[in-house]
Amino acid sequence: MDTAFARSRRRDLIVALVLAAIAATVPLFVKDVYVQNIMVLTLMWGALSQSWNILSGYCGQISLGHALYFGIGAYTTALLFTKFGVLPWFGMLGGGVISALIAMALGYPCFRLRGHYFVIATIVIAEIGLLLFHNWDWAGAAMGIEIPARGDSWLKFQFPRSKLPYFYFALVLACVAWFVTWWLENSKWGYWWRAVKDNPEAAESLGVDVFNSKMGAAAVSAFLVAVGGSFYAQFVYFIDPESVMGFQFSLLMALPAVLGGIGTLWGPMLGAVILIPLTELTRSYVGGSGRGVDLIVYGGLIIAISLARPQGLIGLFSPKRKEAAR
Amino acid sequence: MTAETIIQSLASGLLMGLLYGLIAVGLALIFGLMDVVNFAHGEFLMIAMYATFFLFAFFAIDPLLSAPLVAAALFVFGAVVYLLIVRFAVRAKANAGMVQIFSTFGLAIVMRGLAQYFFTPDYRSVTHSWLGGKTVSIGGIFLPVPQLVGALIAIAAFGALYLFINRTDFGRALEATREDAGAVALVGIDKNKVFALGWGLGAALVGLSGAVMAIFFYIYPDVGASFALIAYVTVALGGFGSVFGAFAGGIIVGLVEATTALILPPSLKAVGIYAVYLLVVFIRPRGLFGSM
Repeated sequence: MDTAFARSRRRDLIVALVLAAIAATVPLFVKDVYVQNIMVLTLMWGALSQSWNILSGYCGQISLGHALYFGIGAYTTALLFTKFGVLPWFGMLGGGVISALIAMALGYPCFRLRGHYFVIATIVIAEIGLLLFHNWDWAGAAMGIEIPARGDSWLKFQFPRSKLPYFYFALVLACVAWFVTWWLENSKWGYWWRAVKDNPEAAESLGVDVFNSKMGAAAVSAFLVAVGGSFYAQFVYFIDPESVMGFQFSLLMALPAVLGGIGTLWGPMLGAVILIPLTELTRSYVGGSGRGVDLIVYGGLIIAISLARPQGLIGLFSPKRKEAAR
Repeated sequence: MTAETIIQSLASGLLMGLLYGLIAVGLALIFGLMDVVNFAHGEFLMIAMYATFFLFAFFAIDPLLSAPLVAAALFVFGAVVYLLIVRFAVRAKANAGMVQIFSTFGLAIVMRGLAQYFFTPDYRSVTHSWLGGKTVSIGGIFLPVPQLVGALIAIAAFGALYLFINRTDFGRALEATREDAGAVALVGIDKNKVFALGWGLGAALVGLSGAVMAIFFYIYPDVGASFALIAYVTVALGGFGSVFGAFAGGIIVGLVEATTALILPPSLKAVGIYAVYLLVVFIRPRGLFGSM
């Protein structure tokens, strides 16, 4: 078919493979635990933002409530492990499936809403989830859940001695999220989503199943975000409602995609690579005093980038590709 | 639960609801004017509360007297925010909606950071103001005086706003611009000026509510966040862009919050508000009085 397009997709895939291979070798040279920690977080937020981008970027349904799915992933894994001894791997899968089902159940009424009404509904639903977990005694309520250390193994997904296994898992997660996006971009779903985003009425009249397109995007997006949440719980060993379901997580998921380029294949990862290290560095170098300088820098950056590059930073790299994708 | 406790909480809920309406109306006004949601609205409230606090602490000006000063200061602040940030955000050629959300949200983060930097994260409160801590009994129902006066101010402000929009030249320019920003340019109205004044007016209204809130609520850098979500829900519930909707939405939110607090544990009282919002928009996706 269209060879230029097929070529550019093949090039994306090759670039991704090369970048992933380079990323995989980085920890061999960088032994500093602090830096490794930042790399894990960068990959994780990149993966989360990539997943968020499927619903909010490609399909245009802006969700500021994805913390709900992140939290459900984290809680499912932690609860299954601490209460029933179920291995985190099953918790991860279970959390993903539960989140996808919840996303569709919520999408059923919510996808009738437009614009700000939809955005506020997503915020409000995540807040209800947060408040319910706050008051759910069996799940630790406001005290949260501590995940007991049970050794050092891939089976139990616990690595007290090294950040490396977390790094490689986060890398795989980021690659999976990227690949799913890459694959869907050129599928029937990908075209439907962009049509729904641009003009739902026109899409509907051309035979696009608008409602089911949104449901599909929500399910894929929620599943991947929940897997990220599940990983996060294993990574930090302790979760409470605020630390996995707070509103700031919804924003943190959206920001890399918005800054990098919303609705683009590379935007979320690019945004995460710039934003997360910068956040972590400002926090540790100027934020330690608790005086808010990190917030000033961070917020100022968000204003500057969103005003200066509304289409995202990705436009700086390949302006032609951006046009072609439209 | 006696009938008295129910009436008591509904009465306090109504007062709080009128204040929620006043907090939210600036948001509704700005949205109605130019379809922009100000995600720093809660932080506008926060600086208004701090301004009231410092006028009280350093110059011993009671919040009731400083309210007009704070409103005036916020008017200038709102207009400046429009001219420096929002003016450019609405011009964005790509992702206009996202740019508006995130530029005002970035402003919110900066304002919170600045508040932490200059005012420290400590909780502050206005103590021994004229109204603070006083209650009044009306027919056996005890009402807190600050909320009561705040509710009266809210009603007066809504009345004044109604007259202002319908009876003054600027109000008519505001209405005309929201109808068709392109056409008003043809009759010689400077769109940017109207937008800047609209932002000033919206900010002045939230400044007024901040002065009232400062009488009975703690003041800290994140205080805006707790009220911002309620303000968004209030505006959306009433219907985006409808000033009357914000008024009605505020009353509903106040009453629902009070009712929920009677039934559920206090930590869950916001669930009632959120649930009612969802219920309303699932039935009426444009809110109660939304016109679009």
